[in-house]
Amino acid sequence: MALKSTPVVFGLMTRLSRRSFSTSKALASKPMTVRDALNQALDEEMARDERVFLLGEEVAQYDGAYKVSRGLWKKYGDKRVIDTPITEAGFAGIAVGAAFAGLRPICEFMTFNFSMQAIDHVINSAAKTFYMSAGTVPVPIVFRGPNGAASGVAAQHSQCFGAWYSHCPGLKVLMPYSSEDAKGLLKAAIRDPDPVVVLEDEIMYGVQFPMSDEALSNDFVIPIGKAKIERPGQHITLVCAGKATDTALQAANELAGNGIECEVINLRSLRPLDFETIAQSVAKTHHLVTVEQGWPQSGIGAEICARVMESPAFFELDAPAWRVTGADVPMPYARGLEALALPRPADVAAAARAVLGNRISQAAQQ
Amino acid sequence: MSKLIPNAAKFFAGSTITKTAAPVVTTSTSKYSTKSEATFEIKPYKLHKLEKGPATSATLTSEDALKIYEKLAVLRRIETASGNLYKEKIIRGFCHLYSGQEAVAVGMRAAMRDVDTVITAYRCHGWTHLMGVSVLGVLSELTGRRTGCSRGKGGSMHLYGRNFYGGNGIVGAQAPLGAGVALAHKYRGDGGVTFTLYGDGAANQGQLFEAYNMAKLWDLPCVFVCENNGYGMGTSVDRSSASTDYYSRGDYVPGIWVDGMDVIATREATRYAIDYCTSGKGPLVMEMETYRYSGHSMSDPGTSYRTRDEVQEVRQTRDPITSFKEKIISRELVTPDQLKEIDTKVRKEVDEATKQAKTEPEVGTEELSGDVYYNNLEPYIRGLHPDAPLQHCEVVARN
Ligand SMILES: Cc1ncc(C[n+]2csc(CCOP(=O)(O)OP(=O)(O)O)c2C)c(N)n1
Ligand SMILES: [Mg+2]
Repeated sequence: MALKSTPVVFGLMTRLSRRSFSTSKALASKPMTVRDALNQALDEEMARDERVFLLGEEVAQYDGAYKVSRGLWKKYGDKRVIDTPITEAGFAGIAVGAAFAGLRPICEFMTFNFSMQAIDHVINSAAKTFYMSAGTVPVPIVFRGPNGAASGVAAQHSQCFGAWYSHCPGLKVLMPYSSEDAKGLLKAAIRDPDPVVVLEDEIMYGVQFPMSDEALSNDFVIPIGKAKIERPGQHITLVCAGKATDTALQAANELAGNGIECEVINLRSLRPLDFETIAQSVAKTHHLVTVEQGWPQSGIGAEICARVMESPAFFELDAPAWRVTGADVPMPYARGLEALALPRPADVAAAARAVLGNRISQAAQQ
Repeated sequence: MSKLIPNAAKFFAGSTITKTAAPVVTTSTSKYSTKSEATFEIKPYKLHKLEKGPATSATLTSEDALKIYEKLAVLRRIETASGNLYKEKIIRGFCHLYSGQEAVAVGMRAAMRDVDTVITAYRCHGWTHLMGVSVLGVLSELTGRRTGCSRGKGGSMHLYGRNFYGGNGIVGAQAPLGAGVALAHKYRGDGGVTFTLYGDGAANQGQLFEAYNMAKLWDLPCVFVCENNGYGMGTSVDRSSASTDYYSRGDYVPGIWVDGMDVIATREATRYAIDYCTSGKGPLVMEMETYRYSGHSMSDPGTSYRTRDEVQEVRQTRDPITSFKEKIISRELVTPDQLKEIDTKVRKEVDEATKQAKTEPEVGTEELSGDVYYNNLEPYIRGLHPDAPLQHCEVVARN
């Protein structure tokens, strides 16, 4: 297959440092950490709607295990910011019940690894009830917390639940990348009438991003189900979400130095999945690589590739699409091994080059 | 312990001065203990649905005293080393120290038999060592090196050893797992008892109550040991638990409250528990009241939810090592010099292990895809993309 587009070498690449990579308008002003953006979203929504309350382990007096809820207990008190015992199945169930009865709980999991203790309530109680009740019992709840691998915390504490939750009808699943994403998506989740899972990332909490004036306002809400093109490009499409967006953007920077322009699509929402934006991009670039931190089998990339197969986007491809994923192993603790278990920018760049270079047959023979 | 004459021979070498104030009869071997055993009173247990509790006094031989002291000292020293390695950024991620709680594990271990089994949570460095893993095996795991007992793949929270099933990072998960290990004891009829340790925070997890029920229903030889150190992360027991009488929370499972700062009490209670469980009466709950000196993990300063005074007060009045030391010296089971010798030996052992744990290499990259399965059925393990296949390997020989 011939390339429909030839890489162009750019003489001048403006390399912005990773930490200050602009994700919004040029007039973007104040930098803000993802943590503060989430905090602002919680604060604004609690102020806006009396029914909204936050519960979870250490969310109140300790200000949150990762300080996302800093100051909220002082401001809103015991009634609306509730420390729970370490009893995920119990408090998640209690939160869902409160949502049945018309409140708008935000249920924080200290990390999503512990949501597995409560997954029955997320799936069986939250996701399915509206359907089972023929639309009579809405479940306006948000489940949120850090997801995926932090550093050096090994197998039981390093897992991406993007594929798990986005598998399930009845749930909406969001995965913010930047501070604007974090604020706009969390606010949308809280206002949404359905159960929404917001998968944050501990490593991103402390990262600063510029916030546009618009994003600083009380009414800034990002529509659920819409992807964002973080970086336009014509040679290859990189689809990613959450922290993987950072990896993809770094890879895109690297590849741009070689004249390969990537279009980086930050999904923002895993369910609903904005396939239209992906298809349009593929129609332009004719090459696709997906990037995620989770395991490959039945993962987010697997879903995207399947949708391409089922659609006319398939005919737009000049080469098979590739998935860049976490390695198919539980997360090891040791620094050296851990680094090999998660995609780095160089792995994404290698995959992009392979797809553009059509080295698929070579790989298949290995 | 100024009342005693420590190592009189050395102390007064070349001198004719004698200290008459000393009430102790010193012999020519005063470097060593003068009494072979002594009996100690134990702070009363609290009982739940039990007629008779463990013995309220216990006899300790000088040999046992020395062994116990050494174990207490090693455990404390391992945690000091771990804390330092974490501060040096050589230990990564989470690192939960056991300092302050040593008497629980050391006393229990002293009563346990070879056939008995243990499972605990992530605060597991001390237990791992007591169950037979060398100091190097523990510390190298924390530094993620080849000589680590999990070859660097598990890290601080996931240590294992013979008859020791971890190191579990999921709060409360070890409770039914321990009951399962106990089921295996009963199934095989090997007479073993399982000790399942969990914290005061974990004590509220639903699965614990599921495990209590089945353990009682099926008379499993399982001792559910609640290490009540006052806090689950930043939450004190009264903010997490509607009843803080953890020893009674098994309802139909009988329970004992034990002073977990007294190694003699924990040993005696464990002996009783083994007796109870091996007589076919089913499970038991043991609450060990104890205290953790450090923050929840190294990243928690541990000062926002409790006062520094509180920590100081426990250190000064209830420290499991200091209090034991005072007891055995004042009862002349050991001399301060003997303990000093142990301290020196322990420091040397742990320091050497620490040094080695820093310099050992990590395991080879091929182990990233090792032991995913006991019996791997696929030619490759998928790597980060289709062009990066990994080879499954068997790091541990299959039997
Ligand atoms: C299911 C689950 N929820 C939450 C956590 C996070 N977490 C780890 S330790 C801990 C506190 C546990 O306290 P406790 O049981 O008293 O044990 P201690 O740390 O005091 O030894 C919490 C909340 C976890 N690891 N697993
Ligand atoms: Mg505790």
